[in-house]
Amino acid sequence: MTLDVGWALRWVRMSAAVVTEHRSELIELDRQIGDGDHGENMHRGFTATVAKLDALEAEPAHVGDVLKLVATTLMSTVGGAAGPLYGTAYLRAAKVTGLATLDPHAVVAMLEAALEGIVARGKATTGEKTMVDAWSPAVAAAVEAAGAGADPVAVLEAAARAAASGAEATIPLVATKGRASYLGERSAGHADPGATSTALLLRAAVDAASA
Amino acid sequence: MGTPVVALVLVSHSRALAQGVAELAGQMAPDVALLAVGGTDDGGLGTDFARVLTAVEEAAVDGRSALVLTDLGSAVLTAESVLEAVDLEVADRVRLADAPFVEGAVEAAVAAQGGGDLDAVHGAARHAATAFGTGDGARGASEHGPSGGRPDGAPAHGDVPHDPERSGAGPTARGTAVLRNRLGLHARPAAALARTASAFVSRVTVNGADARSVLALVALGAVGGTEVVVSASGPDARTAVNAVVAELEEGFGEA
Repeated sequence: MTLDVGWALRWVRMSAAVVTEHRSELIELDRQIGDGDHGENMHRGFTATVAKLDALEAEPAHVGDVLKLVATTLMSTVGGAAGPLYGTAYLRAAKVTGLATLDPHAVVAMLEAALEGIVARGKATTGEKTMVDAWSPAVAAAVEAAGAGADPVAVLEAAARAAASGAEATIPLVATKGRASYLGERSAGHADPGATSTALLLRAAVDAASA
Repeated sequence: MGTPVVALVLVSHSRALAQGVAELAGQMAPDVALLAVGGTDDGGLGTDFARVLTAVEEAAVDGRSALVLTDLGSAVLTAESVLEAVDLEVADRVRLADAPFVEGAVEAAVAAQGGGDLDAVHGAARHAATAFGTGDGARGASEHGPSGGRPDGAPAHGDVPHDPERSGAGPTARGTAVLRNRLGLHARPAAALARTASAFVSRVTVNGADARSVLALVALGAVGGTEVVVSASGPDARTAVNAVVAELEEGFGEA
């Protein structure tokens, strides 16, 4: 399956479906260690993005055009930290995917750019119990897979699996960033909502390639 | 006294909080443009990128400078995203303050009311973080000497910007004043006194508190009948002491 514009469009729609499906879970995770709005924010943001896609008159030429639409919509509809963070991630990813299809190295570049954007915007490093704890292993896994000669979808799959493990690994962490950091030790024992939604989004990217 | 050349953009997750802070700061800075933006379109808590962008552009209209203050983390992220999205020539004259929301807004507004430029207003906001201390020395300036903690008279924290114009060197002067008005140095008189002190080159203190800082003056808790010591060091120290003493003894229109 080629990672072309059709794949990108399906990725967005499946992302919307999966965050809506997991809305309660994300709300609950965020309620435990944040301000409880992550699930609602992601649902609102991606629903608005799908509406924008539906309103497009022509199919975009490049994968990056789709990602840019996600970026600007999330930025303006998601009112918490996730808006600026995911917005910047998708915007940076869009800049390096001005292509009709993605080869393995473009997939790596896309994920690396997203991580760079999140780190630049949020200034977190790994271990602080944030979405960086999902993105960072995802990028590392993608780099390794591409280096081993995997095809683009396999690179995405490696990233998605690493993101899921990374999200699960946030459970025992004490937050030192974001709203959860106000809870200190009490933030341990719950998965980070941003890392969880990251894992869902990257899994949707893989699913979109086999749909 | 100059006319304000800096506007403030107050960004909160809460519309009520943003408006409340604007109201508070506006009491002490009636001529400063204060743009309050907070909450989401549906009236909930959060920060709206588009609204913050509009506020920043409005604040920076006609070449005006602007300082942006935010409440919590994601408001900072949104403000930073906005500053990346505006035209470069707007971004050049807009800064995001790293300061407590309420106290920073008040300090910045007073500085702007006094005609301070962006550097001065930004410095005032940052200074609010040090005036809001844990009682170790940042606040207890009167026990520790002129600048609240350091025996050599240097600022207690690195946050107070070094202003070579306002050197601590040169002649010094000293005077005392007895506060005439019943409530003494509460917020409104403190703001008036801070504006007066800002007009001088010398560093001026009242009972050791920085006379340019509204918060430091209020923290003295000096009520009517209290005798305070006014000190200044710098080229116009004597004039500064005389002016501050006169204002204290006049009673701020409340005596």
